Amino acid sequence: MCKYKCAVLVLLGLALCRTALAAPWQSLGRPATPAEIARWNIDVRPDGMGLPQGQGSVAQGQEIYDSQCASCHGSFGESNEYMALSGGIGSLASASPQRTVGSRLNYATTLWDYINRAMPFQYSKSLTADQVYAVTAYVLHLNDIVTADAVLDPESLARIEMPNRDGFTTAHGFSSLDGKADVENTACLEACETQVALTSELPPEFTAQIYGDIREHFRGLASMNHERSEPLVVTTKGTNSDVTTLLNANGCMACHGIDNAGVGPAFNEVAARYAGDKAAAELLKLKLKQGGAGSWGSVSMPPQSRITDADAATIVDWIVSGMEEN
Amino acid sequence: MDDIEKRLPRRDPLPAIGAQRRNLLGGLVGGTTTLIAGRTLAADLHNFPPLPSWSQQLGRPVATNPYGKPSPFEANIIRRLSPGLTTTRESTIAFTPLQNLFGTITPNGLHFERSHGGLPEVDPYQHRLILHGLVKNPKIYTMEDLLRFPAVSRVHFLECGANTGMEWNNVAVPTVQFTHGMLSCAEYTGVLLSTLLEDVGFDRKAAKFVLAEGADAAGLTRTIPLEFALNDAMIVYGQNGEMLRPENGYPVRLFVPGVQGVSSVKWLRRLELGDQPWHTREETMHYADLMPDGKSQQFTWIQEAKSVITSPSGGQRLLDKRGYYQITGLAWSGRGRIKRVDVSTDGGRSWHPAQLQEPITSKALTRFRTDWVWDGVPALLQSRCIDDTGYVQPKLRQLREGRGTRSIYHNNAIQTWRIATDGGVHNVQV
Repeated sequence: MCKYKCAVLVLLGLALCRTALAAPWQSLGRPATPAEIARWNIDVRPDGMGLPQGQGSVAQGQEIYDSQCASCHGSFGESNEYMALSGGIGSLASASPQRTVGSRLNYATTLWDYINRAMPFQYSKSLTADQVYAVTAYVLHLNDIVTADAVLDPESLARIEMPNRDGFTTAHGFSSLDGKADVENTACLEACETQVALTSELPPEFTAQIYGDIREHFRGLASMNHERSEPLVVTTKGTNSDVTTLLNANGCMACHGIDNAGVGPAFNEVAARYAGDKAAAELLKLKLKQGGAGSWGSVSMPPQSRITDADAATIVDWIVSGMEEN
Repeated sequence: MDDIEKRLPRRDPLPAIGAQRRNLLGGLVGGTTTLIAGRTLAADLHNFPPLPSWSQQLGRPVATNPYGKPSPFEANIIRRLSPGLTTTRESTIAFTPLQNLFGTITPNGLHFERSHGGLPEVDPYQHRLILHGLVKNPKIYTMEDLLRFPAVSRVHFLECGANTGMEWNNVAVPTVQFTHGMLSCAEYTGVLLSTLLEDVGFDRKAAKFVLAEGADAAGLTRTIPLEFALNDAMIVYGQNGEMLRPENGYPVRLFVPGVQGVSSVKWLRRLELGDQPWHTREETMHYADLMPDGKSQQFTWIQEAKSVITSPSGGQRLLDKRGYYQITGLAWSGRGRIKRVDVSTDGGRSWHPAQLQEPITSKALTRFRTDWVWDGVPALLQSRCIDDTGYVQPKLRQLREGRGTRSIYHNNAIQTWRIATDGGVHNVQV
């Protein structure tokens, strides 16, 4: 009898406890529906979980790659300007390891996931699932991981064995709260080092060449600084704020600096060539929208079809005006 | 800047030796410099007529800057990019000017800044955080919801895993801003992640990892082990008393104390619980430590104990060729509290313990200081910290023996600054 009664009492007690322990803030937030989760959840795991239906071929991928990816990564994924995508397989143990898709990734799903969420750099999340399969296939083909006639879909992508599949280890002390360090020192206080030799120092003049007047990096007050007998005058170069906003919003600055060439020419170089040239303005507007090649070296500029005509005109007028400040 | 130029030139209070030197420079300070019993006192003269303009003119109205900003004389105390480090301004890092900061708290405008796909302007009224995966009740939270949860405030450091990564092979940069400036410390306010995980009823048996995803163009994702998520990870919206700055993740970010910065995903939009890690780009292609045998140490979450002298430090110059200088710097550990910091002025031959500024808290910056009278001969300054697990900060030589020079991440080596006879301070390796 007691067995039964006791069990009831225990259960009742547990139920009461549960009610008492329920957090008073549990009404905050609202349930996420399966449809909402499906829309939000874009990640892909090595086992293929998360890969959407779809497919793409190496040939389809090449077409997309050439128009949207090659300007940064090179025609064959070889350009190290941003990140090399191909080559370097087997180089990781060498003195010059090359970290590429082919040499470093342990799962092909990571490539799909990253292209899908973050590429192309200026227009992330703009590719369809089919396009992502296609570009993934092409980049893997550039690394000789899939053949030229390959077509990737969820099943075939998850099956791909990457060259560096076993190139990672978690046998180290960094991965847990109480992990053990792999390198140890001792807390010696006296007669610790017997020989102290300098092994590396910056070459003279290096700092001035790269950083300019390093005194500017320090507060003038304090006896531990360079002497500065004049108050610091900081000059800020004026730029057209509307144009700067447009350049940033449209990702122009990823390839072109105001004064510094990136992959493309600096704006002041373009301005120097075309300043005051009204005819050039029309040509530049066209090139900006449709892309161009050959004027400034071998790297082509991809079409910027998303820029409105008005914004393109604002940018081009600013360049042709000799980058006037406002 | 016009008004600054109109003001009187600044005249620093000068110590005795400096005064004589400056007096020799003659024209620089000109006729206002006077020698009184061997001490000058150009600045002191301002205490007598003629008074400086700021003592005679009515100052600006209160709240001229409703959101205050530093004195214009501090205009060069800024975050900086390291020339040539990255190709774009959207995926790069701006370094905290550690050489100019006092104490342990980094002002919000100087907190180091790292983005992978540019700085998004997130509208907090539209922003949502979703929790799903191996949970009983998947939920969507608004910012209003998150601000209503029981909050905690904690002071912690945040350090990029690649901090000091440029220096594995050789000296590469001149100042502590660039050697160690992917480092900041703030009082973070938010909800413990464990509170939210309880709220959605996470699967205690099956769930082993959390995936965190940002709402930026890069959609940055990182896997966090549940062990860390339940320990002290936070969903943060406040930093040093105000809302997060956009560059630090406004309106909400994950914060995983003691763990390399990339795990503290900014502009947090989604947390998913799962039973295995995701192997995202930022935990395979990058943020994995390449060893000499070609294997990569993956999921290297913890930032081990590290310290650096911030003054005197590279790029400075000790104006008085001999005399008193306080050596000061920062120490921190991703595993707990700093127990001791030792300082050497002879390149590591001998060490003596420095004073630690209270309070010393777990996974936060600790300021150390020690007195030093420089005798004018070349010196090699170093600091070495010990945390409460007994771990002793390693020498660069020891790290290289263990991990080679290609691993990029987790360089927590002892830093050396060389003081030359002319007082110049240089970044060197021994």
